[in-house]
Amino acid sequence: MPEQTVIEAVRATMQAEMRRDDSIILLGEDVGSRGGVFLASDGLIDEFGEDRVIDTPLAESSICGVAIGAAVNGLRPIAEIQFADFMWPAINQLVGEASKVRYGTNGVKTAPMTVRVPYGGGVRGGLYHSQSIEVLFAHTPGLSVVAPATPYDAKGLLASAIRSEDPVIVLEHKRTYRLVKGDVPDEDYTIPIGKAEIKRPGTDLTIFTYGLMLHYALQAAEMASANGIDVEVLDLRTLRPLDEDAIAESASRTGKALIVQEDTPAVSISSEVAAIIGERCFFDLDGPITRLGPPEIPPMPFSPIQEAAFMPSPEKILAAITKLAEL
Amino acid sequence: MSFQVELPHVGESVTEAVIGKWLISPGDKIEKYDPLVEVITDKVNMDVPSPATGTLTKILAEEGETVPMGAVIAEMDTGEESAPVAAPDSGTVQAASSSPSASRIGTLVQGANVGPTGGEFLDTSLSTSEPEAAPQTAASSSTSSPRQKGFSPVVTRLAAQHDIDLNSLVGTGLGGRVTKKDVMTAVEAGGSAVSSAPDANDSREDEIIDPTPIRRMIADHMVKSMSEIPHAWSAIEVDVTGMVEWRSANKESFQQQHGVRITYLPIALEVVANALRKHPRLNSRWSDGKIVLKKAVNVGVAVAASEGLVVPVVHGAADATLVELAGMLDGVVNRARSGSMTIEDVQGGTFTLNNTGSLGSVWGGAIINHPQAAILTTEAIVKRPVVITENGSDSVVVRSMMNICLSFDHRIIDGAEASEFLQSVKSGLEAISLDSDLK
Repeated sequence: MPEQTVIEAVRATMQAEMRRDDSIILLGEDVGSRGGVFLASDGLIDEFGEDRVIDTPLAESSICGVAIGAAVNGLRPIAEIQFADFMWPAINQLVGEASKVRYGTNGVKTAPMTVRVPYGGGVRGGLYHSQSIEVLFAHTPGLSVVAPATPYDAKGLLASAIRSEDPVIVLEHKRTYRLVKGDVPDEDYTIPIGKAEIKRPGTDLTIFTYGLMLHYALQAAEMASANGIDVEVLDLRTLRPLDEDAIAESASRTGKALIVQEDTPAVSISSEVAAIIGERCFFDLDGPITRLGPPEIPPMPFSPIQEAAFMPSPEKILAAITKLAEL
Repeated sequence: MSFQVELPHVGESVTEAVIGKWLISPGDKIEKYDPLVEVITDKVNMDVPSPATGTLTKILAEEGETVPMGAVIAEMDTGEESAPVAAPDSGTVQAASSSPSASRIGTLVQGANVGPTGGEFLDTSLSTSEPEAAPQTAASSSTSSPRQKGFSPVVTRLAAQHDIDLNSLVGTGLGGRVTKKDVMTAVEAGGSAVSSAPDANDSREDEIIDPTPIRRMIADHMVKSMSEIPHAWSAIEVDVTGMVEWRSANKESFQQQHGVRITYLPIALEVVANALRKHPRLNSRWSDGKIVLKKAVNVGVAVAASEGLVVPVVHGAADATLVELAGMLDGVVNRARSGSMTIEDVQGGTFTLNNTGSLGSVWGGAIINHPQAAILTTEAIVKRPVVITENGSDSVVVRSMMNICLSFDHRIIDGAEASEFLQSVKSGLEAISLDSDLK
């Protein structure tokens, strides 16, 4: 089975989908001749031409607004936002408009569009190239939000997003692009939106996480196993809708929940996961639902020491595992 | 309509019961209030009446099983139709075994370029040494350190499900917390943290007896008392020559006059009850860090019945006359020996009197009847040479002497107070003489 990085899987998936379906177009800043800022669309303009791979002005609201118009009128656009940090001007188009197309037209129209968004930190990107923006979209009914962390999941979830009849935000952690390499089958497959996956089975406690933190959590789980602590790691994969059954099943089985995220914890994905566990698993819990995230400060710092202090790390996760496991 | 039959609560401090005998079998019909099942508590045996007219469909608590009060012990059906109940949502669960292979999750590329094409970004390596920072858990969890004696929801639920006495478990968690794992270990060990496997020291000729439910109840009760209550002991000698003389002179006339036999027990009971009024701390109990002084003086009297020790209670002992006490004792002791005690006979005790003297014992360190504060034993009356000082001169005389021994909860009572109480009982008993007019 061919091994690919996340960025290679993203590129191959877009290419395969565009070959499969002529209605798929790609638009964004520098996605054309430049091949995308992360080279996600490298070479696609040569194969599919300027009509299907469109370089846009530096205007995120326009990129998403044009995508909505195209989607409502029969195309299947993939909009690329260069960095999640630049996405705020598109909030109105996505939260205010795209999410409401199906409801607002009484189901007559839908917006089958995908918005690919490199997000996250730990790359010395500083204040404007490191943000986690998932909560704003995950809070919005009418939008789906996926956050694949492996090349395999990146392909399966991106394919599902492109084929979805409704808008899907695909969050790609930029740190994983060239860091994570894994098997990706050549054949066509999709991963259903809304399905979590246990990436590592365990019995003593469950870590609920997504994105780059999945890999840190797996490393921490491995370190913990040397101390006799058997950690389960559940990859949420989809942030809206959350896979409530999988979350509740795992939390009930292990009785202890540690939620790890790179985003600041207040009013976040971890808040929602904690609420689900509290509501559904109370009588199976053997310890407080615990959250691990960065401190509540506005940006990811640029200084390497401060960035490392800000980011959850395998060592910090291990400390949280140990504390909860030994309770 | 089918419904669940719960084990009814039968009185204060009774928390569990042993299922004795099911009086009907599954499939049998039963009328409301007809006896359904015999249960044995540490205080009394009783029949649980059927809560409704219908058919017993399922027995959930087998004979000999210990179940907490309120537990579901059976299912019944009244034969009436009812609205269908929605099946519980089983939910779709993802089996743990379906997790992907390591190669599909991916491996991490060392030194990978993490920036965009220009490579402006530097790698913050995974192995970057980081300051020893405490994990930045959310504020809520940093203040949620477990209470030392708290049980988590799952521990409470599993213990109830499997009839595990949580107080009997040794916790392996933080600060001795009983964890889910501890409960599951106990469940696998057969319901108790203490292994019931035969000791390697037991040889094949040794006889192993399965304790009766009553015996097990007594055992649990004793363990609970000894492990929760810090016992302290004190004893004092009492010259009961006067009481012995009074009784031998009056026992026939007392029975003729009052229709009840007079023994030393009701006399001692009256003196003890009056002493308890004077020393209310002896008539109290430790409850959640508070001392509860009991208004009523209800003295339990330990009775050796055929199946084991039972403690019927004489209610309002401090307000009763000797004749009344003798009558009450007679009734309750007879019921205890014949196994026909009522719930009222065994509940509400505030202090226990244990007459071990009838068995020849001269000293004892009794275990307090949990949750009471103290227990007093009256030991054998023996004739002994005693030095008596009268008008400044000593002489050795033969007197009837009895030791009284007190075990007390040292959380509530100190040695001085215990001794004052013993002195009160002593002077009360020694005040009795041939001339006393006891009734």
